[in-house]
Amino acid sequence: MARDEILRRIRAARVPAAAPAIRNYNRTGPGGVELFAERVADYRAIVHVVTDVPAKLRELLPGKRIVAPDVPSSWLIDGVEWLRDPLTIDELDGADGVLTGCAVAIADTGTIVLDGGEAQGRRALTLLPDYHVCVVRADQVAASVPEALARLEPTRPLTFISGPSATSDIELNRVEGVHGPRTLEVLIVT
Amino acid sequence: MGTRNPVTWLGSPTFPKAAREALADTQLRQNLRKATGTIRGRRAAAVAEMTDWENLRLAGEAIKNDVLSRLDTLLVQLEEAVTARGGVVHWARDAAEANEIVLRLAREAGTDEVVKVKSMATAEIGLNEALEAGGVKAIETDLAELIVQLGDDRPSHILVPAIHRNRSEIRDIFQRRMGISVSDEPAELAEAARRYLRQKFLTTRVAVSGANFAVADTGSIVVLESEGNGRMCLTLPETLITVMGIEKLVPTWQDLEVFLQLLPRSSTAERMNPYTSVWTGVTPGDGPSSFHLILLDNGRTATLADSVGRQALRCIRCSACLNVCPVYERTGGKSYGSVYPGPIGAILTPQLVGDMHDPLSASLPYASSLCGACFEVCPVRIDIPQVLTHLRAEAVEAKGRTAESIAMAAAAWVFASASRYERAQKLGSLARFIARDGRITSLPWPGSKWTSSRDVPAPPAESFRSWWRKNRGS
Repeated sequence: MARDEILRRIRAARVPAAAPAIRNYNRTGPGGVELFAERVADYRAIVHVVTDVPAKLRELLPGKRIVAPDVPSSWLIDGVEWLRDPLTIDELDGADGVLTGCAVAIADTGTIVLDGGEAQGRRALTLLPDYHVCVVRADQVAASVPEALARLEPTRPLTFISGPSATSDIELNRVEGVHGPRTLEVLIVT
Repeated sequence: MGTRNPVTWLGSPTFPKAAREALADTQLRQNLRKATGTIRGRRAAAVAEMTDWENLRLAGEAIKNDVLSRLDTLLVQLEEAVTARGGVVHWARDAAEANEIVLRLAREAGTDEVVKVKSMATAEIGLNEALEAGGVKAIETDLAELIVQLGDDRPSHILVPAIHRNRSEIRDIFQRRMGISVSDEPAELAEAARRYLRQKFLTTRVAVSGANFAVADTGSIVVLESEGNGRMCLTLPETLITVMGIEKLVPTWQDLEVFLQLLPRSSTAERMNPYTSVWTGVTPGDGPSSFHLILLDNGRTATLADSVGRQALRCIRCSACLNVCPVYERTGGKSYGSVYPGPIGAILTPQLVGDMHDPLSASLPYASSLCGACFEVCPVRIDIPQVLTHLRAEAVEAKGRTAESIAMAAAAWVFASASRYERAQKLGSLARFIARDGRITSLPWPGSKWTSSRDVPAPPAESFRSWWRKNRGS
């Protein structure tokens, strides 16, 4: 009943047809790994441009309890306690960090996008641990927001991440570190 | 129905009355000047980076106009897409209906506690109060909403509801309500909120959110946030209930490419906000197993029927217009008597209420100097000054025959004849005897209605017409 009445009221408003949107804004941009690295760092994420992922992980992760979804087996280096799903909420909360890949990245805004696909796992895995290491391949870096959205499948659960958790709620200035991971480390593989 | 729309707070005075009190609060003015000044500068820098900003604004305006012109079709399309992916869609004509649905769903889930993501729609309908009356406690998890909730306060800004509080006031509220000792360093205050809410996130089974956008053709819902409290609420509970205004649609996934650029830069002055979540119905093994979407009218279809006023429905709640408004910066948000303050509130609130006989609603279109700064920053080009003057005309019409309209009729009669006009001028010049320093600050009634918020320059001893006759006349 509410449904029919709302739809009836909308039709009764008789809004005239609108002119189609003109999309003459920039669809692409300079892009590139360098710009992406610079923009990610702007939001206080730690950025490394690497050629050898396991070598970098050996610097970062030993001695830690790290959640790993279906990441490449070469990333599962020795000296780390790897936590694999199924994990309870408390187990995730107690982990030191999480290691993932990503679906797409955006150079213009310094954003990484997770879609629950390969090497990313379900959303809770990258939310509860306080430290997130995300590996981005150079070919995953889109130049602009329009380019990135075109590469994504909207019906998958998506998370766009731009720097570590932050807030602007105290005097409208940005402070890093609230509920999400407070440290975000991005490894860009060239 | 006939119940009042909770978009305005019960018992709120008219804007000029509330503003007069707010203006006397020097702490409030200091806090607002600092916060809005900070964000204005940062927004200008974030926008200046974009060489195609005006094209993005035009596209944003056009996409939203398209949505409004075929809202019925797009809503049905959204309903089908959400249902096909395992979600349940509900429709609510007004606040009371929406609140009832949320309360029923919370009870069905067997909980007496829900966690909330910051949402204007649920603030507009007074959901927290309605849930509390039904025995369900709503816990706000956005930092600023938490500050407002713990301070038993009201929101004063769309993006940062606690903008009227500075860091030391926030520290005092946290110490009092959390029973902790904490400094006024923003990072420590954020840490205190993290610790305070952590267990709630991990254990609460029902979450309530709003929506920034809903994509009609895929059924995807989009929430932008900063802290990660949104991700917690959208991911961990078993049941997710989303309340969204029926105008929050975009037709296609591609349309988001415009709004994901316009909104963060206009709102928090960031290239991109820290977290954006997108979900479509239910995804087995990832996130809530039960998803409910409530489509809310609550005055929106009435607003849609007004050919000038309907552009307010393009609003994407960025709050840029608040941050640049000279009136908002001085009076603060609470003077507007609604969860929607500032320039957008001045045009949205009266339209959602839909009754210009309501004194607060009728006063809001006057809460502006019509300087136009709000239109310049609006990412979807809402011509707020145009709607303000349109609503002022409606307010005057609703008042019918008043002292003012009678005075105006009398003035018209005086102006119609040269001799009557000159006699009136001579009489008027006597008013200079009550002026001080060339200004009159208080006139006797009915002139007091004018001087209650403005000064009048003292009239000269002699009119220009009489001076001309004496000095240049033949």
